[in-house]
Amino acid sequence: MRPFEYTRPARAAEAVAAVTADPGARYLAGGTNLVDHLKLGLTAPTALVDVRDALDDTVRTLADGGTSIGAGVPNSDLAAHPEIRRRYPVLSAALLAGASGQLRNMATTGGNLLQRTRCVYFQDVTTPCNKREPGSGCSALEGHGRDNAVLGASEFCVATHPSDMAVALCALDARVRVLGPDGERTIPVNGFHRLPGATPERDTVLSHGELVTAVELPPPVPGARSTYRKVRERASYAFALVSVAALVQVRDSQFVDARIAFGGLAHAPWRARRAEEVLRGRPVTEESFQVAADAELAEARTGRDNSYKVPLTVNTLASVLRELTEEDR
Amino acid sequence: MTATAPGNPATPVSQPPAADEPMARIEGRAKVTGTAPYAYEHPTTEPLYLHPVLSTVARGRVTAVHTGDAEQLDGVRAVLTSKNAPRLADTSDLEFAVLQSDEVTFHGQIVAAVAADSPETAREAAALVRVDYEERPHDVILRSDHQDLYTPGEAVAGAAPDSHQGDTDTALARSVVLVDQTYRTPREYNNPMEPHSTVAFWETLPERLTLYDSTQGAHTVRATMATVFGLPEENVRVIAPHVGGGFGSKGAAKAHNVLVGLAARALPGRTVKLALTRRHMFSLTGYRPPTIQRIRLGADTEGRLEALVHDVTELTSRTKEYAEMSGLSSRMMYAAPDRTTSHRLTALDVPVPFWMRAPGEAPGMFALESAMDELAVACGVDPVELRVRNDPGADPQTGRPWSGRHLVQCLREGAERFGWQGRDPVPGHHRDGAWLVGTGVASAVYPRLTSPGSAAEIEYGADGRYTVSIGAADIGTGAWTVLTQISAEALGCPVDRVTLRIGDSDLPRATVAGGSSGTSSWGTAVHAAARAFRGEHGADPRPGARTRAEAPENPDLERYAMYSFGAHFAEVRVHADTGEVRVPRMLGVYSVGRVINPRTARSQLVGGMVMGLSMALHEQGVVDPRFGNVVNGDLAGYHVAANADVGEVEAHWLEESDPHLNPMGAAGVGEIGIVGTAAAIANAAHHATGVRVRELPLTPDRFLR
Amino acid sequence: MDTTITLHVDGAEHTLTVDTRTTLLDALRDRLGVTSPKKGCDHGQCGSCTVLLGDRRILACLALAVAHDGARVTTAAGLAPDGELHPLARAMVDHDGFQCGYCTPGQVCSAVGMLAEAEAGWPSHATRDLTAATELDDAEIRERMSGNLCRCGAYPNIVAAIREVSR
Repeated sequence: MRPFEYTRPARAAEAVAAVTADPGARYLAGGTNLVDHLKLGLTAPTALVDVRDALDDTVRTLADGGTSIGAGVPNSDLAAHPEIRRRYPVLSAALLAGASGQLRNMATTGGNLLQRTRCVYFQDVTTPCNKREPGSGCSALEGHGRDNAVLGASEFCVATHPSDMAVALCALDARVRVLGPDGERTIPVNGFHRLPGATPERDTVLSHGELVTAVELPPPVPGARSTYRKVRERASYAFALVSVAALVQVRDSQFVDARIAFGGLAHAPWRARRAEEVLRGRPVTEESFQVAADAELAEARTGRDNSYKVPLTVNTLASVLRELTEEDR
Repeated sequence: MTATAPGNPATPVSQPPAADEPMARIEGRAKVTGTAPYAYEHPTTEPLYLHPVLSTVARGRVTAVHTGDAEQLDGVRAVLTSKNAPRLADTSDLEFAVLQSDEVTFHGQIVAAVAADSPETAREAAALVRVDYEERPHDVILRSDHQDLYTPGEAVAGAAPDSHQGDTDTALARSVVLVDQTYRTPREYNNPMEPHSTVAFWETLPERLTLYDSTQGAHTVRATMATVFGLPEENVRVIAPHVGGGFGSKGAAKAHNVLVGLAARALPGRTVKLALTRRHMFSLTGYRPPTIQRIRLGADTEGRLEALVHDVTELTSRTKEYAEMSGLSSRMMYAAPDRTTSHRLTALDVPVPFWMRAPGEAPGMFALESAMDELAVACGVDPVELRVRNDPGADPQTGRPWSGRHLVQCLREGAERFGWQGRDPVPGHHRDGAWLVGTGVASAVYPRLTSPGSAAEIEYGADGRYTVSIGAADIGTGAWTVLTQISAEALGCPVDRVTLRIGDSDLPRATVAGGSSGTSSWGTAVHAAARAFRGEHGADPRPGARTRAEAPENPDLERYAMYSFGAHFAEVRVHADTGEVRVPRMLGVYSVGRVINPRTARSQLVGGMVMGLSMALHEQGVVDPRFGNVVNGDLAGYHVAANADVGEVEAHWLEESDPHLNPMGAAGVGEIGIVGTAAAIANAAHHATGVRVRELPLTPDRFLR
Repeated sequence: MDTTITLHVDGAEHTLTVDTRTTLLDALRDRLGVTSPKKGCDHGQCGSCTVLLGDRRILACLALAVAHDGARVTTAAGLAPDGELHPLARAMVDHDGFQCGYCTPGQVCSAVGMLAEAEAGWPSHATRDLTAATELDDAEIRERMSGNLCRCGAYPNIVAAIREVSR
């Protein structure tokens, strides 16, 4: 770990100015991922700009009935927030499936969104990794690949995004509010995280200096049922092998709408548009679940160690849809 | 019969409790407040912090170490390399020949180290040390068809590597029912919660080395350090009052002990502190080597064994030989008239394997007890009954009588308590919602070991208290409490009149806390000292009266086959869609001689079962053959059981005493809880799903369909 | 880069100079000699370093000391200010909720923080109905305590200790 300066501005604009001015500067919030990375030598910032005083840490109802979540809201507070539990239970459930009580108390909404892959090669500075060191090669491609992506990967990177929260946000069609040197902008969360392509070093579409200030949720879909299902090797305190966030609307035993996002499959939370399309208008049957899942996984590319993810994802999605439509069949 | 349930308040110490009272840990208050000092935590003045640099190749030669950037940092006091590190007196053991040559024999070997005024500076400087290598091809993967397989010598194996009784080929050819399967266990890591840590201070004139160390054996570490540094043993002192777990990995000195000694010698007058990181532990502190075990069972249609063959293939390291004796249990477990076992090793470019809780028995009994379950299925015999049918009257290996073999009682009582009766044997027949439910059983065994060479000293003080001294270690076993109880019992005084001193090599010599032999070995010495003390000083000693005695030899060790036994039962649920495995219920019944302190004994048994569950479901060190390292070398990647993984766990035992074993009649209980547990769980998973998993761990993908 | 901060640890105020890189855990253990919180992994993967920051359980290994200037930190040692064990710590002794004791101060702090969370009605992954009141059954305790690894496998006794105190 190299020495760095530490500052703690009171306002977001000051923080943005400070980081924008210094290419070596990084934002620090809960620190659960960044401090880990400092120790591992994955990043060596010259300055840390602590944004905990500068960030909104409240959950507010918006004029359109949606909800704004300050980027500084800790994961535990967000998961426990009565409005979130009542109106967006899939988000609470996803948050509670992640990390541990202690980590959720520290980690923030913005930080969770920006957490980086747990690919073992990314986290080991002695091995090549295009995400950590562009051009050095991808060790995971031919290496230990149990966690590797099966969708949207490239020859440069097969890492997966580790967040549970972000998967739920994708299913909820959340928007990410960002403050940058040129002012504010809003980015749909489906599109906020990138696929690796030839530049896996960039996890998101943010530029240096841009600061996540809030996440906005549209009003809840009336009558929708939702759940978050995470499959992992330990019963708790483990990253997902695969996870599914799903919201469905069913009328007369037919899917009116479905919003489905996967975790553990790709470089970004994976919105399952094809599966959603297949389900819309289809009857609530085992066959529909299967066809939808197969459609989404049709283009999955697997390696030596991660082929299990395809049947696991298909089965998990079917299981989730079965659970959500129990009373419709 | 079982002892009282845990949770009762401590027995009031004003009454003299027998050693079988469930006394609360005497260091309990210090541990729950965090004030019990572990190795790294002993107060020091202006210490130096040591941070090692580890090799990033698995085999080769260090051609250059660039230390300039590191040395320029403020606060860096020394950068040790093989060029400038002090020379050791004895480099015959390559594990301990730290920084003595430029050879690299495994990935993660110590190739340099930085001593600095602050931990941050030491870590930063270590990262700035650049090492050039001449890399050579390496081989790190165990294969059963490896070209260089060899038979380990008896000295390394601790027992004959092969055994042959009868004619197994003929017997197998004759048997109506055959099981011929290969079982695999992965590289497994002890991962005690306290990383290996050592604080060292080197004095000159005369040269003396003092270590605060996290070790299972202060005397063992002292002996190694004395040899390696060429010091008389009395000039080395190792202190370890509290140890944050070890499970075998702290059962001997390790390379980091030598490294911190080298740094202390290079920087005399300054205390040097070294705490290995969790990642360092994956190459420097040992691991259970992976195993490939072929088992062949031949039986009649009633399930009576006619032949048992257990062929074990394992790896060792080129740095230092280690043999995991996974086939030993198969020599004495069941009454097959014809039995063959073998152990073959291949030496690879890997870190040095070492003891991990029940070395040999844990992987070996996973294989044997899985195979027994397969035999039960093949014969259509209940798996409890199958084991009962094959229970031998005397030790099949030696013909000696058992000092007490009560496996059948364990199985019967376990079946009763677990509710085994009426079990539908057909796999995949029981479902609860999305969960497939099954039950499984496996036997457990562990030798009743007593290590020779422990001594104890008893002194009577003016305050009317007996001070009992022995260099034993409490790694969480309860030794602080249990040895106090044994002392009181041996002296015939209340426990509150005993002051126990352990965890220091300046105390009378104690054998290592390993092989479930600690309580037996140390307790025998305490009893001998108490006997001698009363003989010399009577029941009413003068203040200052003092006696030291060594544990006597036990002639019964040659007359009886001494083993503890147990029966493990498990309920397993496997999710029909996702393959997730849960173990809501485990139950063990043990025959372990007399149980000293039911409270701490139960904790050890339950802890062993929990580690067995962890072995069954989670643990796997994944090696990348290209780099030669373990890629999941941290606690996020190498999963050990978390609280949510563990459901109801019950440990019971038979009321008994082994009069042949030691004066207490008690066997150790640290290891038997992990033996066979993984098989019980795998067998239950098979019962739930019909899927037989012969390779640990039981990850969800194995059950996907 | 050094900076001076103030920490209130277990009721005592300390002014100390730390490197900006110093974690709260290292500041406590190496600078202040407060060794109750343990270093088991140093990467947020084991929970041994759990302390209460204010009333919240957090991992001291992933907190930078400089970012907690003025903070009130309670360790397991500070839960027994007058020599009287905290009920949870007492229950851990009574139920033998530990063996080697290394994860124990973190378990104790985590349990105290967790009970406060449950008291406040926070749900967990084990909670079936996110909108209903929380009932702290064994499954809930296990899930909520899963951020504290115990290699000795004392989990059943840890759960028993917490169960007793939660009632």
